[in-house]
Amino acid sequence: MSESDRGMGGQSGVAVRARGLVKSYGSTRALDGVDLEIPTGQVLGLLGPNGAGKTTTVRILTTLLRPDEGEAEVAGHDVLADPDGVRRSIGLSGQYAAVDENLTGFENLYLVGRLYGKRKAEARERARELLRRFQLDEAGDRPAKGYSGGMRRRLDLAGALVAEPSVVVLDEPTTGLDPRGRIDMWEVIEQLVATGATVLLTTQYLEEADRLADSIVVIDKGKVIARGTADELKAQIGGERLNLVVAEQEQIPAAVRVLESVGTSEATVDEHSRRVEVLVDTGPKALVEALRLLDAERVTVQDVGLHRPTLDDVFLALTGHGAEEEVPAS
Amino acid sequence: MNGAGKILTDSGVITWRNVMNVRRNPEWLLGATLFPIMFVLMFAYVFGGAIGGPGGDSGQYREFLIAGIFAQTVAFNSSYTVIGFANDLQKGIIDRFRSLPMSRLAVILGRTTADQVLSLVVLFVMSICGLLIGWRIRGSVLDAILGYLMILLFAFALSWVGAYIGLVSRSVEVANSAGLIWMFPLTFISSAFVPQESLPGVLGTIADWNPFTAAVNATRDLFGNASPAGWAAPSGWPADNAALYAVLSSVAIIAIFAPLATARYRKVASR
Ligand SMILES: Nc1ncnc2c1ncn2[C@@H]1O[C@H](COP(=O)(O)OP(=O)(O)OP(=O)(O)O)[C@@H](O)[C@H]1O
Ligand SMILES: [Mg+2]
Repeated sequence: MSESDRGMGGQSGVAVRARGLVKSYGSTRALDGVDLEIPTGQVLGLLGPNGAGKTTTVRILTTLLRPDEGEAEVAGHDVLADPDGVRRSIGLSGQYAAVDENLTGFENLYLVGRLYGKRKAEARERARELLRRFQLDEAGDRPAKGYSGGMRRRLDLAGALVAEPSVVVLDEPTTGLDPRGRIDMWEVIEQLVATGATVLLTTQYLEEADRLADSIVVIDKGKVIARGTADELKAQIGGERLNLVVAEQEQIPAAVRVLESVGTSEATVDEHSRRVEVLVDTGPKALVEALRLLDAERVTVQDVGLHRPTLDDVFLALTGHGAEEEVPAS
Repeated sequence: MNGAGKILTDSGVITWRNVMNVRRNPEWLLGATLFPIMFVLMFAYVFGGAIGGPGGDSGQYREFLIAGIFAQTVAFNSSYTVIGFANDLQKGIIDRFRSLPMSRLAVILGRTTADQVLSLVVLFVMSICGLLIGWRIRGSVLDAILGYLMILLFAFALSWVGAYIGLVSRSVEVANSAGLIWMFPLTFISSAFVPQESLPGVLGTIADWNPFTAAVNATRDLFGNASPAGWAAPSGWPADNAALYAVLSSVAIIAIFAPLATARYRKVASR
């Protein structure tokens, strides 16, 4: 397949479409009716905590697992009726880097190229090209045994791209990487997106979805609990947060009174840092109004800020538990 | 590319990958050959005097023994097939293969074939060891080659059983013991080390019909190696048609386990 074949997803420019996916393991409902859709050339971030069902979704879409119910189509091929068609169009980088440690980086990529049906010379050339692109050319002829976690991850991702797939599926590509490795990986993924591939990316990091994804699907316990762009999700919990730090403990009650008069929610207070926070929907206007009232009450403000909610706030609001916290037993 | 062609090229590629794995870990070969060499020495010199009979000719016993040891060694190599699959599963490599538009059968065929490459190397080392302790090929060269092919075919068949065991094992640890445990009754309740006629009752019947006995007897015959003087010759259909029975049972084992292993591979999940 050449670069120009990209974007030949199904009709109406949808590269990945899943409807009503259900999968149970014994009494665990790993997926409980998941729907998702990725327009061709876009990046979808599938966001969820441990055990949410991200890998199960990925495994179904990449033909590794049959759903109990529901249907899915990838690059115009039905995952159940035409799994080989799906396999020809996708590249998968699983949650745990599937690297043969006894082979060199080059040999790993050559192996995958040959299995995609490339001729020897072609597979060799492609392997070298990918090693260069992923900054592995120096290590390329050493056994992968000696690679760092980040290098393995990059090699695994390179393996997913050997056949220039139109749909790339990345299951937690940065989990376990150090901050430097994570930023490198983000850059690699951004380059990939620039070539026009459709990407399904799972992550536990809200920051990552925010940075890389065009749209986000949040799943928890096998169900989709929210979807939209990062901005839409942030808007879902309503407006912005206005917070300020007062100089003296005694001024906190006054600050609370003022903030609640301009805000839309009850104020939250952190006594220790003397921080008071409230949700507002009029942004800077509310800020100016609050400062005027506080001045009138002779409250000394040490620090003040207006910020949009983070995706962590969204998660907390949607699930009642933080994204990285243990799910409380229900 | 047509279906059969794709299976063969894919199998070739997978075989290459598995052979490269062995080449990068020469210590595996060391393990695979030291163990049988130890066995040869143990049986030839520790048990040899006793089993060869009172004042028996232990030289004759050593000659008798070699075909059995060869067959046992390559049979035990099927445990490498088991461990190979268990490892690939654990490392997520099977997931990667399953997400590729490649032949399903090839992943298994490539592994069972690569394991016979290992068997060939081991057989070579062991033949030298055998020659050193006095074993000789007494028949024609062609017969000797057929003898080697006989045990390779049988080992290849067992390798498919190993593939199935590896793919159903829940962990590498389980695979380790599951791959070995059945080897002991298979290879010891047979004519590999003791006079077949000396085995009592049920054990005797099992040994008579054990395909492993047939493979050993056929190979021994093709090498022109006789039983020590004074041993009762085994009788019955499997003994009289050892080569035919060994080939038929090898084919039957593959016919049963190739589909089983392939079906399992289609569904198997990593971790
Ligand atoms: N093979 C399996 N057997 C039994 N239960 C399973 C199996 N695979 C997944 N599960 C269960 O299904 C649920 C969803 O698992 P899944 O691996 O899809 O989650 P995830 O979102 O990928 O989590 P993580 O972030 O930990 O990778 C979990 O409760 C998990 O325990
Ligand atoms: Mg997962």
